[in-house]
Amino acid sequence: MRSADVLRFARDAATGYPLRTSLSVLAMAIGVAAVVVLTSLGDGARRYVVEQFSALGSNLVIVLPGRSATGGFSPANALTTTPRDLTVDDAFALTRLPSVRRVAPLTAGNSEINANGRLREVVVAGTASTYFDIRSFKMAQGHFLPEADWSRGAPVVVIGAKIKEEIFGANPAMGELVRLGDRRLRVVGVLKATGQGVGGMNTDEVVFVPVSVAQSLFNTSTLFRILIEARSRGEIEAVKREVTAALKARHGEEDITVITQDAVLATFDKLLRALTAAVAGIAAISLAVAGILVMNVMLVAVTQRTAEIGLLKALGARAATIRNAFMAEAAMLSLVGAVTGYGLGLFGAFVLRQVYPVFPAYPPDWAVIAALGTALGTGMLFGIMPARRAAKLDPVQALMKH
Amino acid sequence: MAVIQLAGIERVFHLGDSVVHALTGLDVAIDAGEYVAIMGPSGSGKSTLLNLLGLLDRPDAGAYRLEGRDVTTLSPDEQAAVRSRRIGFVFQSFHLVPRLTAAENVALPMMLAGIPAAERAARVRQALKDFGLDQRADHRPDQLSGGQRQRVAIARATIMQPAVLLADEPTGNLDRATGDDVIHLLEELNQRGMTLIIVTHDPKIGTRAGRQLMMEDGELKSDSARPAAVAG
Ligand SMILES: Nc1ncnc2c1ncn2[C@@H]1O[C@H](COP(=O)(O)OP(=O)(O)OP(=O)(O)O)[C@@H](O)[C@H]1O
Ligand SMILES: [Mg+2]
Repeated sequence: MRSADVLRFARDAATGYPLRTSLSVLAMAIGVAAVVVLTSLGDGARRYVVEQFSALGSNLVIVLPGRSATGGFSPANALTTTPRDLTVDDAFALTRLPSVRRVAPLTAGNSEINANGRLREVVVAGTASTYFDIRSFKMAQGHFLPEADWSRGAPVVVIGAKIKEEIFGANPAMGELVRLGDRRLRVVGVLKATGQGVGGMNTDEVVFVPVSVAQSLFNTSTLFRILIEARSRGEIEAVKREVTAALKARHGEEDITVITQDAVLATFDKLLRALTAAVAGIAAISLAVAGILVMNVMLVAVTQRTAEIGLLKALGARAATIRNAFMAEAAMLSLVGAVTGYGLGLFGAFVLRQVYPVFPAYPPDWAVIAALGTALGTGMLFGIMPARRAAKLDPVQALMKH
Repeated sequence: MAVIQLAGIERVFHLGDSVVHALTGLDVAIDAGEYVAIMGPSGSGKSTLLNLLGLLDRPDAGAYRLEGRDVTTLSPDEQAAVRSRRIGFVFQSFHLVPRLTAAENVALPMMLAGIPAAERAARVRQALKDFGLDQRADHRPDQLSGGQRQRVAIARATIMQPAVLLADEPTGNLDRATGDDVIHLLEELNQRGMTLIIVTHDPKIGTRAGRQLMMEDGELKSDSARPAAVAG
């Protein structure tokens, strides 16, 4: 029997029993669609996080108080002696290190901004002029915090795009006086909207003041973070070493944590990749289930069409021909199911992107290949047994069945 | 020349502990172009014999020569090739594939034999015309009468121009008039040279045949071609 005829015969057999065929196609389609959608979600999350981190700035090294190997929190960390706080002097000391290009101190807290007859809660970030370059900000109007002695900052403020929008609306904000807590500060700049930020700190909704102003506002002398830009990507590790050594010398012990953007990114990347692979694996189980369904459908087909198989043998079909015809049918069910599922999955990912536009929910190539491969593989694998059973039928017995 | 030669054919079925001798010590020779009716009571081994002749079954002992060639020792694939080209089957219950049209059913043996689609189409068209089915080419079996179905089945059985046409109670599911039509059709084929072997319970059909083989308990009770030899 010619291959084209085998395929046509199998197709006619499959379409001859529409309910059975559509059920197994549907099962396969759901399996593949699940893999495509879930991996889109997982990989979308990964890309989202990576993009957000990249937006932080390049060659970034962050120093935070407290000793922790990974930057995470663990009971073991909590038990060690309370670490010494990071101070503006600590930060300033780091500016002299050879591999360091810029340093920005950062202290943060919540306060109320009051201007133009409007009141709003804001996140206040106390930092220095250097922060602008480290974070690669862009100004919509005016300039960022002026270069000045970190311990004697001017009473000025730079506001995020959304703050400007909500407090001043269409009115000019530049040069206006705003009340921040019990301070009166002059607006010297408005940041360009970015829509980005990490940890709920969207820079559009932050106001920036000199670090000394923030510290007196919150009545503290500590820093939340020290942000450092290395001279180059290759010097990130050197910065890490130098900073650790310098602060150890100042504090007497190693009570700080230095994290690099690369490391954080790599961790998140790895984590989310693993997560994506895991959900893909779980979804793939449904493919195995679909494969078993295809097997059952084909076993039913063999039983239902026993007389037909007997007839084919009487008409001169070889065992291999019958096996191929049934294998082809199983493969078709899987193939159509897989392609349908792929389409459904892409549509699902499309809907996800419409609902969550910031989320780049595209299925990764490997997941698509794996899903289609598994679908076809299981379909064919589970098709072997019924096909062999059909080929082995005794024609005399088979012809007696009705 | 004998198209079929059976010598010492035995066929034994084991059903649990019991042993059924469906065929015992069968020696028959059938010449090319003969018209043979196999008759006998139910369970006498008629269908078993026909299945052996059609290479759907193998004897437990004995030799079967088809057109001078020992076919009992052939491999399953070789036997399939013989069924494809030298043997045609007509069944009591027609055995048409329900999802295929009349034309597709007739084309089935050619498709299995790997004949190109264009040649198949031409031969099917001719065959349907010969059997008066050209108006029914695109009908499915459930849209055909019993007589039409059996005619489709006969067209299918003969499309490969086999040497031997085997029919197991071909009129069993048909009324008398339609059954007679089918028998006439088969006889026409026989007159054109095809060896015809019919299993039947109907004595009228039996007497129309040129030769009657009477079976009983797996043995050949009488053979109208050799009255003396088998008696006793
Ligand atoms: N597959 C089988 N297993 C066991 N016994 C069988 C099998 N096939 C046939 N037989 C037995 O062999 C004997 C001959 O059966 P066969 O079908 O050839 O009879 P038949 O002459 O065709 O009968 P009928 O006129 O009823 O069709 C019967 O006793 C039957 O029970
Ligand atoms: Mg019978």
